[in-house]
Amino acid sequence: MNLHEYQGKALLKQYGVAVQEGILAHTVEEAVAAYEQLQARTGSNIAIVKAQIHAGGRGKGGGIKLVKNLDDLKEKTGQILGMMLKTPQTPGGLNGPGKLVRKVLIAEDAYAPDFDACKEFYLSILMDRERKCNVIIYSTEGGMDIEAVAEQTPHLVHKEYIHPTLGLQPFQARKIAFNLGLSGKAFKEMVQFIQSLYSAFIGADASLFEINPCLKTADDRIIAVDCKVTLDDNSLFRHPDLAAQRDTDEEDPTEVEAKSYGLNFVNLDGNVGCMVNGAGLAMATMDIIKLSGGEPANFLDVGGTADAKRVENAFRIILRDSRVKAILINIFGGIVRCDRVAQGVVDAYRNIGDIHVPIIVRLQGTNADLAKQILDESGLAVRSAIQLQEAADLVKEVLA
Amino acid sequence: MSVLVNKHSRVIVQGFTGKEGTFHASQMIEYGTQVVGGVTPGKGGETHLERPVFNSVYEAVQKAGADTSVIFVPPAFAADAIMEAAEAGIRVIICITEGIPVQDMVKVKAYLSDKSCRLIGPNCPGVITPDEAKCGIMPGFIHRKGSIGIVSRSGTLTYEAVDQVTKAGLGQSTCIGIGGDPIVGTTTKEAVELLMNDPETEGIIMIGEIGGSMEADAARYIKEFGTKPVVGFIAGQTAPKGRTMGHAGAIIGGKDDTAEAKMAVMEACGIHVVRTPAAIGETMRRVLKG
Repeated sequence: MNLHEYQGKALLKQYGVAVQEGILAHTVEEAVAAYEQLQARTGSNIAIVKAQIHAGGRGKGGGIKLVKNLDDLKEKTGQILGMMLKTPQTPGGLNGPGKLVRKVLIAEDAYAPDFDACKEFYLSILMDRERKCNVIIYSTEGGMDIEAVAEQTPHLVHKEYIHPTLGLQPFQARKIAFNLGLSGKAFKEMVQFIQSLYSAFIGADASLFEINPCLKTADDRIIAVDCKVTLDDNSLFRHPDLAAQRDTDEEDPTEVEAKSYGLNFVNLDGNVGCMVNGAGLAMATMDIIKLSGGEPANFLDVGGTADAKRVENAFRIILRDSRVKAILINIFGGIVRCDRVAQGVVDAYRNIGDIHVPIIVRLQGTNADLAKQILDESGLAVRSAIQLQEAADLVKEVLA
Repeated sequence: MSVLVNKHSRVIVQGFTGKEGTFHASQMIEYGTQVVGGVTPGKGGETHLERPVFNSVYEAVQKAGADTSVIFVPPAFAADAIMEAAEAGIRVIICITEGIPVQDMVKVKAYLSDKSCRLIGPNCPGVITPDEAKCGIMPGFIHRKGSIGIVSRSGTLTYEAVDQVTKAGLGQSTCIGIGGDPIVGTTTKEAVELLMNDPETEGIIMIGEIGGSMEADAARYIKEFGTKPVVGFIAGQTAPKGRTMGHAGAIIGGKDDTAEAKMAVMEACGIHVVRTPAAIGETMRRVLKG
């Protein structure tokens, strides 16, 4: 689960991490109030309007703008709110439809009063799968695309591995601050910043923190100007406050709906829908669709209990996509009995009625023969298969 | 031989009296697995499925001689259950539970580092040595005793491979479901190594998926030390970058953990890589015939 920048900053502040201050606004009026409040606090007319969507690269798409006075703020907030913001990370990239901006963060100008005396760094924390511990990744090259920095100047990207049970040690925080070239007050601030940031990471059961840029201000404070926070879905049960911050507006509506039915669904661009039990087999089924000349329209794991109701819900979701030209159902019955799934398919088919796309059902495992008999005798336009290759051949046939 | 579990394994189930534990323990018993009891804290002294219930794993080890544990404890308590089993001296810990927080597994891995046990999973179907012991949730009837070892991160895709192997006229020595999480107790390489060293195993099927570097690590090991033919498949050739595909660990992070990249490394290391999951069994049969 991802947090918005403003939610992430609120989380960081709870742990004592200094951030670029800002106030959330949903309308131009709210933005004006936020701006005046900030103005009173900072004494500066300059503020930054930042679109709040779940995607990076917002500045590139015109979603982050500096404003110099109230009229400027009204104009630019008006432009950003309601825009379809395209960034390299929104669906389809810069050529895609973009994402609707529903709220903006009106933020202080953290670079005042002396832009040239500021320095941007990069800091992130994540779990390293190979070493099975957390790692802090950092670089003096802040404010840039870190993957590009890592590719072009790998010697400028450093990693500090954290002991799995003892956690971050003070010497490690000092090492990072030294390697970032800091001294004096800025050094002390950075050590404190890193320790607080790591506490927040552990405290929130996060799977990614990315602070880019992390800023040394003109007066040697260290603050998070932006933050990307991803939480571990598996640990949300112990963080109801964070789980409540989920913004389903930012997610694919079909995926949100599927989730409410207990289906694990990912929307894709292809022409063959699929319904599978188990994540590995679901991916393998997508691959087989591709090898048969189609493109998968989705990933869908119906889980361990592929009963009639679930099958019907899954059917309805897949059929809503007008690009779908065929559906492949691939169930390996273990605990799940294939004859029950077959009956579910037949019932769902009858309940929905008007199904015009060819459906290929491959049921293997417990009671597979009985299942094939149920489908074959149902009189429905369902093609049944038992072997995986037979199913692949049928996909090829219906697409031809 | 075979690896990890066999007819001598003395198996307990943690989360014995719960719904999942009860159902799968009965299936395991029906298969012929030597289930010597189970653990549910607070229900010690009771009898369940005609077997003793213990309050702790330690008690199960002391009183029933348990050496293998299959865990069906809910995600919030699973890390604790694994550590309890390790501390009590269980030799093979198989954790079926899906949904354990990643940071819990970071701690569990560190906790296990000086213990002599082996953890399989979490988020896995378990381990089966056909006709001897079924320690997990896989359908027993699709398996047949034989000489092919299977290592996989997935559940139903493993059943698919097992079924193909059986239909190809071969059978399985031991099938190891290592699990679909970002941190698992036993890696692909470690599971392959167990099977390479098993005299009963003549060929190995290695099924991976997008995310992480476990398959590439295993491939490099196979290139250097492999003595048996290996057939490999990677699920997720069509998966988009940055999306979690069902398994918490199945997410493409960079250019090295795509299906393409993994298959290229595996091929370069002499593994017989199949592009279609429908050809796993047949390819194994062909390769073994030489």
